[in-house]
Amino acid sequence: HLATSLPLPSERDHLRPRIDLIVFMIDIKSKYSLKNVEASLAHVDASFFLGKVCFLVTGVGRMNYCSVEMNAVWKLGEVYGSPVLFCELELEGIRVATAQRLLRMLQICAGHVPGVSALSFGSLMRNSVDD
Amino acid sequence: ENTEPQRTAFLLRKQWTLYSVTPLYRFCPARLRDYARLLSAFIAAEKQKGLAVEVGVELDIKVAVSSLPDLKGSDQDQAGILVQLSLRSPASRKNSEEKLVWSGWFCCVFGDDLSKNVPEDFTCLPLFLANGAESYTSIVGSWFQKTFDCCFRRLAISPLSLSWMAAMWTGCKVDKTTSAMELVFSVPCLPYPLDISYAIHPEDAKALWDTVQKTPGEITQEEVDVFMDCLYSHFHRHFKIRLSATKLVKVSTAVASAHCDGIIKFLQSQYLTGVLMLLTELAISQIQ
Repeated sequence: HLATSLPLPSERDHLRPRIDLIVFMIDIKSKYSLKNVEASLAHVDASFFLGKVCFLVTGVGRMNYCSVEMNAVWKLGEVYGSPVLFCELELEGIRVATAQRLLRMLQICAGHVPGVSALSFGSLMRNSVDD
Repeated sequence: ENTEPQRTAFLLRKQWTLYSVTPLYRFCPARLRDYARLLSAFIAAEKQKGLAVEVGVELDIKVAVSSLPDLKGSDQDQAGILVQLSLRSPASRKNSEEKLVWSGWFCCVFGDDLSKNVPEDFTCLPLFLANGAESYTSIVGSWFQKTFDCCFRRLAISPLSLSWMAAMWTGCKVDKTTSAMELVFSVPCLPYPLDISYAIHPEDAKALWDTVQKTPGEITQEEVDVFMDCLYSHFHRHFKIRLSATKLVKVSTAVASAHCDGIIKFLQSQYLTGVLMLLTELAISQIQ
């Protein structure tokens, strides 16, 4: 399900399936996308931040177009205890690899991978970034 | 600011294309006349090969390489080097009337971050500025690359850096009647190119910056963000357009104007060193 911002419209609440993973996309070329994500985060229930949220930064192939300060993005990941992934949508290989990564994360968050919980996977991802 | 305004006045109000340059190997500041001769010979040879600007016109290109001692920040910086190409047409050879057709200069202003990490035989002049035909820039660049084993790259300026410049230059005190501050934005994802030009009265811009900046002489990223956000909100209130979703491509103030493709124009000699310091920093990060 794709949405330009949160909260999702309440009219369709009863038709909506369970949400297992929320990926917030930040376009490095648009300062507005960061502001939009920051505003949307306020509408997310706290339980999601136990491994069911991640930030996806796009447009990193063109750092010359950078309108977003990277420190602000890292801080967001830290404050919300969620991993930050990077990708360049314009390159097919990276696009496909990132999609596969997200799909794998989704499988874990939906509980389809025995022995790995969303929370343990989330903390594993965060620790690997710190190294 | 100890730059003699008259000596560097010729650098003002001209459009300079920016390049980052890796350190030059075995460059000797005492041999500038030799370098001029060698470069001149190189250009003549390229002309023979038919790679000159104007084909079929017999024009004599004179090369001058000189030092710009005022163009440096700290004592550790290498002084600026200026290269000028002039045309001497055969008709006026007697009275040696020369027409300046191309200028390029290397400089390093507070480039300690780069120069302290570089071995003995290397000279750090990370910023190169060129004015004139691209074909001349290409020939001069090739000679320097071949002779000193360095690498030239166009210096792009990101929207983040341009915002920084907008805030920094707005805060500068300028005596004469100042021109409006102008920001140009390019709107993405449209089938046709669309640019938005946002002109702000310089006094309003300065008044806004003065309320944002906490410590004079110091600028933080948060202050730049607040400044830009105020300008964006004001625009959104009037035109319902979110400038924060577009790309900032050009900043023009009374101090200087900069374009994201790496083009700069200096307008105030008293702030020349300040702007060069910022550009040197950008060039060094592009090299590293």
